[in-house]
Amino acid sequence: MPLALEGSQALARAIALCRPQVVAAYPITPQTHIVEGIAKLVADGQLDCEMVSVESEHSAASVALGAAVAGSRAYTASASQGILLMAEVLFDIAGLRVPLVMTCANRALSGPLNIWNDQQDSMAMRDSGWIQLYCATNQEAIDTTVQAFRIAERCELPVMVCVDGFTLTHTLEPLEMPTQEQVDGFLPPYFFRHGLHPDEPRSLGTLVGPEHFSEVRHAHHHALLRAQDEIVQADADWGEVVGRQYGGLLEVRGEPEATLGILTLGSVLGTLEDAMEENPDLPRARFIKLRSFRPFPAQALREACAGLEHLIVLERALSPGYGGIVGPEVQAVLAGQSSPPKIYNVAAGLGGRDMSLELYGRLVDLIASGREPEPFCIIDADPMLLPEEDR
Amino acid sequence: MLEIRIHGRGGQGNVVAAYLLASAAIDGGSYAQAFPAFGAERRGAPVAAFVRIDDQPIRRRCQVREPDFLIVQDPALMDVPETLSGLRARGTILVDGTALEIDGSGDNEIMTIPATRLAMEHIGRPVPNTALLAAFITLTQLMPVSALIDALAERFKGPILEKNQRLVEAAAATVEAGRWQEVAHAVSA
Repeated sequence: MPLALEGSQALARAIALCRPQVVAAYPITPQTHIVEGIAKLVADGQLDCEMVSVESEHSAASVALGAAVAGSRAYTASASQGILLMAEVLFDIAGLRVPLVMTCANRALSGPLNIWNDQQDSMAMRDSGWIQLYCATNQEAIDTTVQAFRIAERCELPVMVCVDGFTLTHTLEPLEMPTQEQVDGFLPPYFFRHGLHPDEPRSLGTLVGPEHFSEVRHAHHHALLRAQDEIVQADADWGEVVGRQYGGLLEVRGEPEATLGILTLGSVLGTLEDAMEENPDLPRARFIKLRSFRPFPAQALREACAGLEHLIVLERALSPGYGGIVGPEVQAVLAGQSSPPKIYNVAAGLGGRDMSLELYGRLVDLIASGREPEPFCIIDADPMLLPEEDR
Repeated sequence: MLEIRIHGRGGQGNVVAAYLLASAAIDGGSYAQAFPAFGAERRGAPVAAFVRIDDQPIRRRCQVREPDFLIVQDPALMDVPETLSGLRARGTILVDGTALEIDGSGDNEIMTIPATRLAMEHIGRPVPNTALLAAFITLTQLMPVSALIDALAERFKGPILEKNQRLVEAAAATVEAGRWQEVAHAVSA
């Protein structure tokens, strides 16, 4: 029997089911309800966990790092400017190969100040060395959170679960919560073999000179690439427990035989799926839901894109001065294929702009005329609101 | 699929109203979705929240642009153009206030109930949301009024819940049960 839960409240419960021993967080919209929910579970005695209220996101990530290294399952969450303030520590966590999980309640970055949903914040952490998993629904966010702890702890890598702010975090809908027994059976007690303990003194995070630094980076990079197997396995194994799976690294949906592909990250997928069904006159599309952005699933993407003539990569962020972030990576991994699809790279829904049902038609229009792909564009920008020279 | 947009001012419990309505629908076995509009959430500012109810899973997550029903928590918001924007031709409007306060010259049926006054009488706070929901559910017969009380029981306990329960009963009694049932039925069919 599903429960009527706000996404954030469901995530708080899901995190509690994973029995974190230390949670450290600083509130920021739209992440706040998640950590408020965890704090309440701790205060009500339903979760045996040290809840550390810190004075900044930098400290939140630092406390989580220290706790995980000291032998506790640790969790934090943030968004937007909070992610940026954590950035120094996030790179440290990953570089030290510390397994912990955080939720990024995706939100635009300042400036100008904007509290609504896009994915510029987690994309800014692309090169931090974290695993990044993007969720299309709140149910996927719940299940991915449980999977994330196992992935993190088996791979000795941190996992960022990316959940669209407001669109998911603030949406109430029917959600299936796993039971404690299901989670306990899936997730063994926390163990970190490089943990610190007074009985066995050692240091972590000391100076590494040029004689070892390249090897550390090589090992980190390859650990991320290898994590693909663990991401797939965690999704499959958890799927056996709860009967829900999300495709592992990515999921092909919509019309599998279509020669038009649309690649998305996050919660816009359901709107596009509905729009396709409501507009039978429009060409049908094969949707590729990219779940794992880091590691970047090169081989899985090549297989998912086989037979496509056109591929639209739809992003919720951009690299100003270049264009897309995900699009060029997709283009690169498909480049060596025989007859790769033409790639159209666009952004939409920045700073919380509503991604309506009409978006599907606008995307399909990109290829309808048989035009060559234009350079990256923000497809839902209103020309009338732009200065004349930018239209 | 039935789409409802709730307009109010920051602090009036707009999102709570949307959550309560969706919760009551979900607890009754329907699929539903509720979320706030992405606007500035300040006390007093015009805000909106959305509810979708359907008999199958709801995939879309875009805002409700063409609602079937409007619930308006402050009659002054009827003069804000965004409030009536996109309302479907057969759509209806439930407003807190009195008929005298509303310009009812449009084609859509407008129903007023004294929601704030009822809330002051029963719970001592000027929060119209629960009374409006009770009236809305009674008008549309989307679910039994008891479903709203069950949803309230997930948030309130003891004397506060009892006061809310009496408020629900009083508000439900101010409207004609099933008056909007046909509209609701036509939409969901």
